Amino acid sequence: MSSIAKKKGFGASVWDYLTTVDHKKIAILYLAAGGLFFVIGGIEAMLIRIQLAKPDNDFVSAGLFNEIITMHGTTMIFLAAMPILFGFMNAVMPLQIGARDVAFPFLNALGFWLFLFGGIFLNLSWFMGGAPDAGWTSYASLSLASPGHGIDFYALGLQISGAGTYIGGINFLVTIINMRAPGMTYMRMPLMTWTTFVASALILFAFPPLTIGLFFLILDRMFGANFFDHTMGGNTIIWEHLFWIFGHPEVYILILPAFGIFSEIFALFSRKRLFGYSSMVFATVLIGFLGFMVWAHHMFTVGLGPTANAIFAVATMAIAVPTGMKIFNWLLTIWGGSIKVTVPMLYALGFIPSFVAGGVTGVMQAAAPLDYQLHDSYFIVAHFHYVIVGGVVLAILAALHLYWPLMFNQMLSEKLGKWTFWFFFIGFHMTFFIQHFLGLMGMPRRVFTFRADQGWDLFNLISSIGAVFMAIGVIILVINIIITVAKNVPVGNDPWEDGRTLEWAIPQPVPFYNFKQTPLVRGLDTFWIEKQEGNKEGMTYAEPISDIHMPNNSFIPFVMTVGLFVAAFGALYNGEKTWAVPVLVLGLAITLLSMAVRSLKDDHGYHIHKEDLMNEKGGK
Amino acid sequence: MSHDAQVFVKSQTEFEYSKRKRKEAMRSQITSFAIMIFLTLIAFSAVAAGFSKYYIAPIILLLAAVQVVLQLYYFMHMNEKNHGIAAFFLYTGALFAFTFILTFLTIIWWG
Repeated sequence: MSSIAKKKGFGASVWDYLTTVDHKKIAILYLAAGGLFFVIGGIEAMLIRIQLAKPDNDFVSAGLFNEIITMHGTTMIFLAAMPILFGFMNAVMPLQIGARDVAFPFLNALGFWLFLFGGIFLNLSWFMGGAPDAGWTSYASLSLASPGHGIDFYALGLQISGAGTYIGGINFLVTIINMRAPGMTYMRMPLMTWTTFVASALILFAFPPLTIGLFFLILDRMFGANFFDHTMGGNTIIWEHLFWIFGHPEVYILILPAFGIFSEIFALFSRKRLFGYSSMVFATVLIGFLGFMVWAHHMFTVGLGPTANAIFAVATMAIAVPTGMKIFNWLLTIWGGSIKVTVPMLYALGFIPSFVAGGVTGVMQAAAPLDYQLHDSYFIVAHFHYVIVGGVVLAILAALHLYWPLMFNQMLSEKLGKWTFWFFFIGFHMTFFIQHFLGLMGMPRRVFTFRADQGWDLFNLISSIGAVFMAIGVIILVINIIITVAKNVPVGNDPWEDGRTLEWAIPQPVPFYNFKQTPLVRGLDTFWIEKQEGNKEGMTYAEPISDIHMPNNSFIPFVMTVGLFVAAFGALYNGEKTWAVPVLVLGLAITLLSMAVRSLKDDHGYHIHKEDLMNEKGGK
Repeated sequence: MSHDAQVFVKSQTEFEYSKRKRKEAMRSQITSFAIMIFLTLIAFSAVAAGFSKYYIAPIILLLAAVQVVLQLYYFMHMNEKNHGIAAFFLYTGALFAFTFILTFLTIIWWG
């Protein structure tokens, strides 16, 4: 009898996803939850652009506007971009290195649930007395003065989801270090895996400062401490430093996986080996390292003094060098290639000029004297949307089309995909290009409205129309997804026909144990090598078929997270409601108890037997 | 990895070898533990003796550095093989932390 019973039915599927430890299912969860938050953040963006479409608008009040911009930024960075990228990392990275799962499947599930409940907690603020309103950076003097519970939701929600991200990052690091298939040396890892590795290392070093900063904020606001209150001997600048020590690496945590995705796309659709592979790896590591040495460039106008400003300005400009190396390597990968302009390739081609524009304005701001002029103006808004939307979001949309067949064994419509691309791409440039000029004309960021006849009216209107274009693009994408899922036409493995890396060699749908036999990796672009040598199976195996050890599903990660979620409400109402402390204790007790259960009760997993793998059904 | 379950029986020589290894490990753990307690004693007695603080502060910092090394290499087994990557990450983290502390000192508190 097969050792793997396959459950059916809706309830069983829900239970399966609640307890799953399979990296492919967790990837789908990340994608779905991240997608939901992406839509919420997008709606917030639309509200901002409606409010700013005409002068003296009263579509939303000033206070509500502050809440919307804060939640837009926080949601997009922490709850949309990063989780969606985590979804693709989870889906692709273990397959690329020939692993059966990540190193700690249980922690992988825990990381996801922590992120989701942190995100839900943060968004509950809308219904429980007002959202945070001090900007996504939540600078301490402002956030300490903010009335209501908005900032408390911010601090506690990000603490919970940040723990999830941290766990995920460590998990990826251990996986890549320890679980590569035989022959998969570091310098044979695909760029997606390399960028996952470096981004995870950045998470490892960048999240502790955020955790400390958030704890200080929680203690200051809810438990009567004075870390940031200068009248009590605290120092408000410390929050800014802690936030940006985290915040600057954070943007590299977002952009490096985007670089990885585009590196895969350029090689795949130019049908050429990635140009300058080793320099790409070097540049990735160097960007990761330098990312930690530049945080104070967000604080030039704080008054750090000319020496500090000069040091951080030069360090910032240095990052343009490895980034430039990457751009040239991508161009030279396309050069002379046999190019196929599919939807992912369209995004990749659109990414280069968009991201270079964002990079160039970045170097402009790195010049501290000029930054005094640009700081807190719409020029900054334009800059970071050029790198985040022009880099990260284009990568996410590209990866969605590229990896959809890998994750779901279906192909998104190329035709609708192209419509999405053109609407989104034109809308993006329309929205944000003109904001550079608004900034230079003196429009400050984060203002809820502006007076007429300052020369800003037309440009703001154009910007808002661009945002509508982007929204149309996203709506077409959603329609595309619904149609594809409804049709459900299986496409098999290697749907792009020119897959180079190991993930495309696996039969579709990907078996839950990934590889029946661990593959032997014989060089960069493993699958390509096998195809060139006429290997129909697409893989050379490193071992005979034998029993596969698999982890059991577990409901404990979910319970652990619920405990922290409950505890967060206790902390939130501390000193205000009598039930606050008992709820805090109850929540922490739930978490600690489930940790104890996990530690004390041995869970050795199970084996898929050789006989089940050998028969036709492949163990299903 | 996916191999059939194997039962591995140690030979007498292997058993004695691993026993000796464990004995050595235990000895070095206890030795370093004793050294650490001794170093802590020095630190406390230096303060209790009431020397000049310009003398005590560097001494304590020096002893702290020695303690960190002992902790990492003897207690957390970094002196053994195959800890290269852990060491690399640890030193990178230490370098970042040093940079952060240096900037905090120079541009927040001293400046």
